[in-house]
Amino acid sequence: MILGLLALLGCQLVGEVLVRLLDLPVPGPVIGMVVLLVLLAWRRPAPEAPVLRAADGLLAHLQLLFIPAGVGVVAYLTVLRQEAVPIVVAMLGSWLAGLVVVGGLLQLAARRRPGRGDR
Amino acid sequence: MSRLEEVGELLRTSPLALIVLTLACYELGRRLRERTGGHPVAQPTLVAMAVICPLLLLTDIDYDTYRAAVDPLVFLLGPATVALAVPLYRQAHRLRGRVGAMLVAIPVGAAVSILTAVLLARLAGGEEVVQRTLAPKAATTPVAISLSDQLGGLPPLSAVFAILIGILGAVVGPGLMTRLGIRDAVARGLALGSVSHGIGTSRLLHDDEAQGAFGGLGMGLTALATSLVLPLLALWLF
Repeated sequence: MILGLLALLGCQLVGEVLVRLLDLPVPGPVIGMVVLLVLLAWRRPAPEAPVLRAADGLLAHLQLLFIPAGVGVVAYLTVLRQEAVPIVVAMLGSWLAGLVVVGGLLQLAARRRPGRGDR
Repeated sequence: MSRLEEVGELLRTSPLALIVLTLACYELGRRLRERTGGHPVAQPTLVAMAVICPLLLLTDIDYDTYRAAVDPLVFLLGPATVALAVPLYRQAHRLRGRVGAMLVAIPVGAAVSILTAVLLARLAGGEEVVQRTLAPKAATTPVAISLSDQLGGLPPLSAVFAILIGILGAVVGPGLMTRLGIRDAVARGLALGSVSHGIGTSRLLHDDEAQGAFGGLGMGLTALATSLVLPLLALWLF
């Protein structure tokens, strides 16, 4: 467990350092994800390797880690009430537009690939 | 301070008590999801928020106290984001021949998300600070926070919007995509990850690892695309 956690945190630390050195516009953990992906592709760990088990363990409970930010709702109840209509319209409309654009483009591209229908 | 007051203080403000509360509510959410056979509304984040928010209001615990107490959970979001490389590594072979389409669809999607969020809020009469706060909501929480700060929005409210849009995606996303004819695993994962980041991804991971893997990829690429595109669009929008 320690070895796995060490690998994840180590990649995050490398990511944070790279973000600051290169002045990248993304958060350190996202770069850390790229770093880990490169390491995994290079080292090809065994299926039960600590890093894979630690990652699966954390990802199984990803929703737990979003609770603190979500509870922030309580601090903005007044704004949310006053601006309820624009917020709801913008959230629903923009979410749907994004989903349809990305999903639609990729689904179309999948259909056009020879020898592969959509499943 | 009397003993009773001391106990009250411990229960209302200590990291221990508030982390216990958060874990318990999360576990409740997980059980509810299991009991209901994975009902879309039974997302653990949503269930926990539905219990914790009223509780904080009733007991007069302010959000800053809660947020500071549960900081260890927030810290784990970093390594958890890194961990998204693992499902992606396992599923990467499915991306063969799809990279080009992906590199077009994701930035277009990010631009569409930003433009529609700002313009719809404006049309519906939203204040400018709300428009600015909504702009980065498709990016994952930490990115949304820092972009909102750069743009002059309200960063913690952007985080709330990101969570709500994530929950929306987790609840209705998979069913809606099926109805819209988006059935390809790569398309489903990238699309939901790009509009509903980690929470959408966690729903997909729970249902199907391949879709979850591309959800994580969609989330990461959208975070990158939003960070690059938002400052440019902001020049024109505001």
